[in-house]
Amino acid sequence: MPSEPVAVGEYSETDLALRQVLQDVLGLSSDRTANFTAETGLFGYLPELDSMAVAGLLTEIEDRLDIVIEDDEVDGEMLETYGSLLGFVTAKRDGG
Amino acid sequence: MISAWPGPDGDEYAVVFDRSRERRILVLPALFDEANKLRHFTVETMRRLDEAGFDSMLPDLPGCNESLAPLEEQTLLMWRDAAGAAANHFAATHALAIRGGALCAPAELPTWRYAPATGASILRAMLRARVLASKEAGLEETREELLARGKESGLELAGYRLGAAMIRELDKAEPAGGAALANIAQAELGGAGLWLRAEPDYDPAQADALATRLVTDENP
Repeated sequence: MPSEPVAVGEYSETDLALRQVLQDVLGLSSDRTANFTAETGLFGYLPELDSMAVAGLLTEIEDRLDIVIEDDEVDGEMLETYGSLLGFVTAKRDGG
Repeated sequence: MISAWPGPDGDEYAVVFDRSRERRILVLPALFDEANKLRHFTVETMRRLDEAGFDSMLPDLPGCNESLAPLEEQTLLMWRDAAGAAANHFAATHALAIRGGALCAPAELPTWRYAPATGASILRAMLRARVLASKEAGLEETREELLARGKESGLELAGYRLGAAMIRELDKAEPAGGAALANIAQAELGGAGLWLRAEPDYDPAQADALATRLVTDENP
């Protein structure tokens, strides 16, 4: 079933980059990540996200979005849903 | 297809596609967790090289994979020597270093480096995984404190028991060794690097692309 077409400009640059990282780390299709909403569950819902995978995910986010994530900023809440992760990364990029 | 070669601590295994052909490529695997993620891709790339008329050999580095040598006694320098010994044993004419494999490529061989990684970047991901796992277990650790401790007395990271010398080396190691033929960036293969995947995965198109890149290189 074809996914809904997504208008260019609907997502922020950070949002698009974050979807791409998740696509690459989780091996998902672009259709799957395009369907992520703020409520889509990540850590705790995706059994493949063990500590090594989360470490790889955060390191890749740092490299691609040019931010530094401190270990004490990482907790279950930040990683719980797509929306919480996007909110964290967006705040970081805005100088948080 | 499985062969043995004399490593510094006794015989080690290697996966080989050996028909005594002119071009013989020593394949240096990615390190630690990435080795598992890239094993399928690595062997499939070798299968394609075989079909294209190239021999290739993938040795177990001492302390890795089927090796009986203790990992915590290994150092990058020892792995470079071991890679040299494997190159001699198999009469390799070239090397293909994958990711962190570029940190222990033998000096004598012309080497392709696929997506070479610095030791520091490999160490950073492993330290972070340890901090996250400890946090889940209710234990507060920091990367800085772990690194300092690891350099003194070694550390278990992501299930790998690394000695102090290895951690000190990794912290500084840059892809080196070998007369670099070329650095092959992930972008040349299309798609994202398979070492990023949370679960080991495989992409035949990427193995095709890497093998084709080596086979069609103008100055091997």
